[in-house]
Amino acid sequence: MSVMVVRKKVTRKWEKLPGRNTFCCDGRVMMARQKGIFYLTLFLILGTCTLFFAFECRYLAVQLSPAIPVFAAMLFLFSMATLLRTSFSDPGVIPRALPDEAAFIEMEIEATNGAVPQGQRPPPRIKNFQINNQIVKLKYCYTCKIFRPPRASHCSICDNCVERFDHHCPWVGNCVGKRNYRYFYLFILSLSLLTIYVFAFNIVYVALKSLKIGFLETLKETPGTVLEVLICFFTLWSVVGLTGFHTFLVALNQTTNEDIKGSWTGKNRVQNPYSHGNIVKNCCEVLCGPLPPSVLDRRGILPLEESGSRPPSTQETSSSLLPQSPVSVPDFKTLRALTEHLSSNEMPEDSTPEEMPPPEPPEPPQEVAEADK
Amino acid sequence: MATEVHNLQELRRSASLATKIFIQRDYSDGTICQFQTKFPPELDGRIERQLFEETVKTLNGFYAEAEKIGGSSYLEGCLACATAYFIFLCMETHYEKVLKKITRYIQEQNEKIFAPRGLLLTDPVERGMRVIEVSIYEDRCSSGSSSSGSSSSASGSSSGGGGGAGSR
Repeated sequence: MSVMVVRKKVTRKWEKLPGRNTFCCDGRVMMARQKGIFYLTLFLILGTCTLFFAFECRYLAVQLSPAIPVFAAMLFLFSMATLLRTSFSDPGVIPRALPDEAAFIEMEIEATNGAVPQGQRPPPRIKNFQINNQIVKLKYCYTCKIFRPPRASHCSICDNCVERFDHHCPWVGNCVGKRNYRYFYLFILSLSLLTIYVFAFNIVYVALKSLKIGFLETLKETPGTVLEVLICFFTLWSVVGLTGFHTFLVALNQTTNEDIKGSWTGKNRVQNPYSHGNIVKNCCEVLCGPLPPSVLDRRGILPLEESGSRPPSTQETSSSLLPQSPVSVPDFKTLRALTEHLSSNEMPEDSTPEEMPPPEPPEPPQEVAEADK
Repeated sequence: MATEVHNLQELRRSASLATKIFIQRDYSDGTICQFQTKFPPELDGRIERQLFEETVKTLNGFYAEAEKIGGSSYLEGCLACATAYFIFLCMETHYEKVLKKITRYIQEQNEKIFAPRGLLLTDPVERGMRVIEVSIYEDRCSSGSSSSGSSSSASGSSSGGGGGAGSR
């Protein structure tokens, strides 16, 4: 006897998230849309290291020490792990305000500033806050309809507000923000060390082998060496310089964005209120501090829509395309307590079938999703 | 499970959402997650001021604990770095553990304090840690007269009850 199995396709929240991100592995991986340069980064690192392990390492392990390829492998694995972590994780995206929240904030703004006449562009919305005795301005983001937290910024490439926004890095194919800054820093640090290591041992290899068979013969035997040296040479100048710059930023607890804008420099500007004043403390906080989890909930299940409509294009950023508000479903006990309160306040009238509004499609799947949890 | 689902539907039909208010973040201590403890005027008469402020202060305390920079957080960070962050595949971070505590606390508070007063707190983590959303419920039978104009049509997207009351 054959049994028909009906598989219900669940829609996960990542499929409906606004913003210009790409998601893979059913929402587990989150990247920017343009990934070409990221693939180039991967290719360069993998290619150079493959050549190094295939040719130079075999000679050097025998002639000098087997520890050489071991350290190289460790550096290689560490930099790949941190690269993938940087590229694939949520940088600290702040979800956009749901319609209720956006309306509430708009009401508050109008109450403070007064209504703007039709046709006029509203003034930039700014709230002032005092942090550690210094005034910090919070800007309103028109796209996300929220007041951005301090140090957050809207990335125009990914179309998201990101907490502690550093910069958008095309080489890792993602924004660098609060949640992945330490991975990014460790990636460029380990890549610098790896580049220096590979470069140095290529020189050693060429030197040692040239003593035996001559310089030109060496290059003819392993032409990959030339390629590796060239790649490492150019990488050195850029990556080591970048590592130095970010070490400076970490020591002062600043972001690239703040540095470029000159937020904390200049005599008329406020001092950085986030710095502890101590290099060690700043480094510890940025690199070893607590790591907040992603608030995007990419793999959460959305209530089933009526038809299999595709996710909207990101040009339409109106809030009506956001998922429906009832994301938080009160549990059974809470709702019972709530209804007991309500029924104890009023005499419950017998609601006739005509008065009851028709049951809405989203409701049953919500409970199923709840039951699934 | 079918009867529980049926009961949930029934319960939800009898409660209707009147309005939502949003407790904003308090950035006076920097970027750490803290919420304003100022008592919102919309809750006047619905819940005792002290109870509400205590709830928000406790939540703030939890978040401060999650983001505390100290010996244990450094140890966790260094250990994670030493394992190239692979350890997070099998271990929960301290922050995640505290967030779970917060979820349980909010559920408890809803059950014991807020729901009996016709209110419902939403876990800030479901709102991107931007706001604490407080939903104010009215009985559906009385909602025709009591729902205020501020119960905007935007709120009609929730549990279905607002549609009957708010869309006029």
